[in-house]
Amino acid sequence: MRFQTQRRLFLVAMAGLAAFLLWGMAGLPRFGTFAGAYSRLLNATAVSERAATNVVASITFDYRGFDTMGEEFILFAAVVGVAILLRAQRDEEEGQPEEEMPGRHAPAASNAVRAIGLAMVGPIVVFGIYVVAHGHLTPGGGFQGGVVLATGALLVYLSGEYVTLRRVRPESLIDAAESTGAGGYVVIGLLGLVVGTSFLDNFLPLGQPGALLSSGTIVPINVAVGLEVAGGFVLLLSEFLEQTLVVHQLEGGP
Amino acid sequence: MRYLPHLVTIWLFAVGLYGIVTSRNLIHMVTCLAVVQSSTYVLLLTIGFRAGGTAPIFLDVPVGTPAVDPVVKALALTDVVVGATVSALLLALAVQAHKRHGTLDPEEFRALRG
Repeated sequence: MRFQTQRRLFLVAMAGLAAFLLWGMAGLPRFGTFAGAYSRLLNATAVSERAATNVVASITFDYRGFDTMGEEFILFAAVVGVAILLRAQRDEEEGQPEEEMPGRHAPAASNAVRAIGLAMVGPIVVFGIYVVAHGHLTPGGGFQGGVVLATGALLVYLSGEYVTLRRVRPESLIDAAESTGAGGYVVIGLLGLVVGTSFLDNFLPLGQPGALLSSGTIVPINVAVGLEVAGGFVLLLSEFLEQTLVVHQLEGGP
Repeated sequence: MRYLPHLVTIWLFAVGLYGIVTSRNLIHMVTCLAVVQSSTYVLLLTIGFRAGGTAPIFLDVPVGTPAVDPVVKALALTDVVVGATVSALLLALAVQAHKRHGTLDPEEFRALRG
């Protein structure tokens, strides 16, 4: 009964909000005609100013680089937060994964899944590195490439089982990748302060637009972000998979 | 056609919110929040779109070719990253809630509190 009232109340409120939003959006520039001053300016000058053919990358990692540093630390903080939330509690202990509990029969990964999964790990990792390295030229960059790299670990999980992944996953290396990525961004920023004129100043030679080694600090920042994102997502993945190994004992708990 | 992208934005926002309000499962609730958030991606890209514009990437087209707004695209990138982190944190909270109370139904948490 209460559920029905709740739903009816929501529908009335939402109809009001939708009308309000539509009224507001009607005041926006007509769809397809918006020409903001910044967008015109950046599309016209960013390539010659920063030698990066991907204007979005030069905004994200150069003009707006300080914001992206904050964004990177949001990700870092979230990974730390998940690790803290999912750490083994006092009243928990590690046990068999749920799939191997007595009385539970989970089919193992078939040979086809295993073969295709393992065969794809290499190409996926190469593709991830490609996306990170070409972020300043074509769509992509550290965030996108980092996620692609992390799916390599997911493929290992899919084609085997989590316990195998735990063996092949060098935990200290992943932690190091994440911290190096997060810290590297700040170090590049500070180098800009020392060598150049300001924090995150693009102090490296810019090179020719379209070349792999061009656009100054945008490439090293992309690599740092790629390391951080790949490390962070593998950690997230393993924190959640670790939960299948935790047997909770609620007798003594709240 | 003129208001279609705006209507899609409002629709995504509304159905996501409806899902959150009526949800009886925390995992479902986190997914609904992702739907609400995707309305902001549509809104950002709607604002930045220019009729006839290409992607703001001038590798194989010369500078000066009409292109869409790159600023909102950078904002959408931030939006996606924040969305992913929020989902990860909320899912971790859902795992803990299930371990503590043996349920994912928010109504039952209310009952537990008395």
